[in-house]
Order: sequence, then C-alpha cells, then structure tokens
Amino acid sequence: MPASFTPVSALLGGVLIGLAATLLWVSNGRTAGVSGIVGGVLRPVPGERGWQAAFLGGLVLAGVVGAALSPRSFGVPGLPLAALALSGVLVGFGTRLGGGCTSGHGVCGLSRGAPRSLVATLTFMVTAAVVVAVVRHLAEGQ
Amino acid sequence: MSVAGWRVLAGLVSGALFGAGLIVSGMTQPSKVLGFLDVLGAWDPSLAFVMVGAIAVHALGLRSARRLGAPLASRAFSVAPPPRIDARLVVGSAIFGVGWGLSGYCPGPSIVALPAAGVGGLVFVASLFLGNALGSAPERLASLRQDRSSALQS
Repeated sequence: MPASFTPVSALLGGVLIGLAATLLWVSNGRTAGVSGIVGGVLRPVPGERGWQAAFLGGLVLAGVVGAALSPRSFGVPGLPLAALALSGVLVGFGTRLGGGCTSGHGVCGLSRGAPRSLVATLTFMVTAAVVVAVVRHLAEGQ
Repeated sequence: MSVAGWRVLAGLVSGALFGAGLIVSGMTQPSKVLGFLDVLGAWDPSLAFVMVGAIAVHALGLRSARRLGAPLASRAFSVAPPPRIDARLVVGSAIFGVGWGLSGYCPGPSIVALPAAGVGGLVFVASLFLGNALGSAPERLASLRQDRSSALQS
C-alpha cells in the first residue's frame, strides 16, 4: 500500500459529496452531475440556469476557501498546456456525449442503482486506467 | 425569500459542500487521482472510499426523499434519463476516460481547483466548456435534419 493511502479523509470527503447531492435533490429535485450542470449553463433551460450557475459558483467558492486553508490539497496536472487543452476537450465532449461524469454517473447514477450509470462508470474507469498504464508503464518504460 | 431565490441558495450551498468534499477527499490533486487509476503501479485505492462514502450517503438520502411527494423548492423531481445502454453512452464515457486518464482532472475537481491552479487550470476548464459545447453538435445536426425532412414532407 503506498504511503499516500488516505482512506479516512477519502471517506469523509465522500460523505460530504453525498450530503451535497442529497441537499440538491431534496431542495431542488435535481441531480448533482457537474458535467450536466456545465451543459445547463451553456444551453440554458428556463428556471434552471440560476441554481446551476450558483452551484458552479459554490464549487469555485470552496476552491477559494480551500486554497487559503490548505494549498497542498491542490495540484495542476504535470502536462504541457496543449495536452491539458486536449484532455479538457475530451473530458467535456465525452461527458456530454455519455450523459454524465464521475459525479452524475459515478455518484448520483450509482446511488439510484441505474444500470446505464454502472456501464458508464466502468467504461470511463477502465479506459482511464488503460491510458495511465500506457502513459506511465509503456511509453515511459517504467 | 422567494422559492426561486431558495433554489439558487440551495445550488450555492450544495456546490460549496460538494467542492469541500472533493478537496477533503483528495480529488483536487490530479497526482492522487492518477495514483488511483494506476493499477499497474503503486496503486492508491483511496478514491474508491470517496465513491463508497458518497454513494452510501446519497443512496440513503434518495430513499428517504421518496417519502416527499415533491422537492421542497420546486414542482417535481427531475425524471431519470431513459435507461438506454447504447453506443453513445459507451463511446462518450470512453472518450471521457481517455481525457481523465491523461490529466487526472474530471469536471468537478477542475472547477474547484480553478482558484489554485493558475493558467493550466484555466486552460483545462475553458477546454472542458468547449468540449461540452462540441458534444451537443451531433444532437443539433440530428434535429436540423429532422426539421429539414419534415419541411420537405409538408
């Protein structure tokens, strides 16, 4: 087990995420899927854009407070800007096409027991792991 | 406060809480995310615990919410998407996985990290929005085609 294994903080963070998703469901009746919310801000539906923009604002607010309290909790991928841009486009395009990301399918969909979210989650987990394996162990020969 | 105002406030609080969870759990450190995805290397299973915690709490929350006829601040719960498992779902998720495996950033954490991640973070999030906009192109083309064929028929 690597020294970076942090099950307690991971579980605690997961609980906060679950509470946040539950709050949004109980209050607004909406799913806390970040890619869906980004899509909603880009293609507004009447009555939805306000809370969606506020949700994204809340994410950034957490980042402002978190960066002040614990800058070590943040990192930037060690990639050239062009590769970061490519990664961003793939993540944005893929989550839009597939109807969700780690939060929408991975947390909310699985909590509902939706088979399509299980298929989506397994698919992006496995492809991401394959990409990491190729980049780290094949390409770099480690 | 108006009901619409309450919805916005709930969005803000939920987003902030969600973001706090992502920070506490380690998801805003791409190196940690890549450590979770690196099953052939020094695998760090921590992030599986994020999923377990989030799903346990939210599944329970969804179950309890069934007793409510409607959400507190809107007319109805959103309807789940049709349970279709098709090429769109799988190909889209695979494309997402490739992007995620390259950087270790998925949508939520990249937005939370914006204030701390400098130009790199900004470039990623701008590209994320661009990719999301491009992702609706197939749908728009299909509806255009449909409009045209119905226009031809009439």
